[in-house]
Amino acid sequence: MHLKININSQFIEADVAPRLNLADFIRHELGFTGTHVGCEHGVCGACTVLVNGEAVRSCLMLAIQANGQKIITIEGLSNDEQLSALQMSFRKHNALQCGFCTPGFITTAHALLTNEPNCDENRIRDVLSGNLCRCTGYVPIVQAILDARIHYQNLGGE
Amino acid sequence: MKSTEFDYAVPHSLEEAIKILQNYAGNAKIISGGQSLMPMLNYRLLSPDILVDLQAISGLNEITVSQSGTTLGSRVRWVDIEKHSSLHLAQPLLCSAISHVAHYQIRNRGTVGGSLAHADPAAEMPGLAMVLDATIDVMGPEGIRTVQAKDFFLSQLSTSISPYEIIVTVNLPFWLNDRKWGFSEFSRRKGDYAMAGAAVWFDVNSHGEAFNIHIGLIGLGEKPIRLSQAEGKLENKSLSQPLIEDVVIDCLANISFQSDMNANENYRRSLMSEMILNAFSQASFTVNK
Repeated sequence: MHLKININSQFIEADVAPRLNLADFIRHELGFTGTHVGCEHGVCGACTVLVNGEAVRSCLMLAIQANGQKIITIEGLSNDEQLSALQMSFRKHNALQCGFCTPGFITTAHALLTNEPNCDENRIRDVLSGNLCRCTGYVPIVQAILDARIHYQNLGGE
Repeated sequence: MKSTEFDYAVPHSLEEAIKILQNYAGNAKIISGGQSLMPMLNYRLLSPDILVDLQAISGLNEITVSQSGTTLGSRVRWVDIEKHSSLHLAQPLLCSAISHVAHYQIRNRGTVGGSLAHADPAAEMPGLAMVLDATIDVMGPEGIRTVQAKDFFLSQLSTSISPYEIIVTVNLPFWLNDRKWGFSEFSRRKGDYAMAGAAVWFDVNSHGEAFNIHIGLIGLGEKPIRLSQAEGKLENKSLSQPLIEDVVIDCLANISFQSDMNANENYRRSLMSEMILNAFSQASFTVNK
């Protein structure tokens, strides 16, 4: 089936099988391999991408359902020259080890801080309940996101 | 962990959608947010010939609050309920319970109709439909019919809607301002399905006696239930902690709880009792939150 999407500010048209999920489409067809596939049934959060600005699990959405939508993956959240505010904060707080879950955490945190730049630690922990990390532990991740709030607050809540 | 092959259609009206369901003679599934359906497809617990996506049908994502009650369109998402400006006043128990549904990312896609149709006995929305005396409007080839929540859920993942029917709205009766209510659930990890959950509400008369008592339970057995025996025993009584505790423990003893790798029967029964007592204790000081 024919599909038109805007992904990381590129317009893309493709023919996809209806059963292809959005995560596999992004990785295998478009080559944006930053989106990771962990559990494939909506538990781990590693495949989180932004659909029209909202954090969504790309393993629980069909590629064809994204027809006409605006998608941003982890690749769309920074450029090659410079780390984003969240990436810098994650590095500063050692909020990653193996890095498998990190794209999911960053896309989720980006959606949260864009919509709620003044959120408190409880809210951050509540939102992060949908993302699993098996090596770093959550304390540095929460700290990194708390620390990155100032950047989003200065954007004026977009 | 990949689904089988299927066709996909995006009809623009309910009539068109129902025609497709009929053409595929019962081997079609409806998809909206897909937050329960996609895992079922990926596990190959389901292998439909076609998915019928409701995304292009207008009017299914509306929330209406009026003097006659609240109507939620089947495509209303959890995040829509969360962000609605007046729903927390119009349906406080609903909003409190919905805050326990799944995780942030799932809440951006998951829908009210999807949760009802999926009918997981541990999910919040089916339990809320039961305890709030909801009715569910479903449309089929012969038009719209209204189903009481108690007649809607048959058993685990099974409802009384036919393969050619689509949930259109869920209707919640008008909520009195000074009504008492509470909601409590336990899950090992925030956002997971509840191991036990209880919603209670009641009104209080001028003598301080509770009436209209509703106790709804999720996370046990085949479907969400009402603890009607306890409701009857507490009706028109002046509620106190010891009275509620006696009645609840007594009534839960008559209900069978499952034992599985997560918890045994006794643990689950005492957890449920704790959830009910928590919900009542919240209710004793909820005044129009």
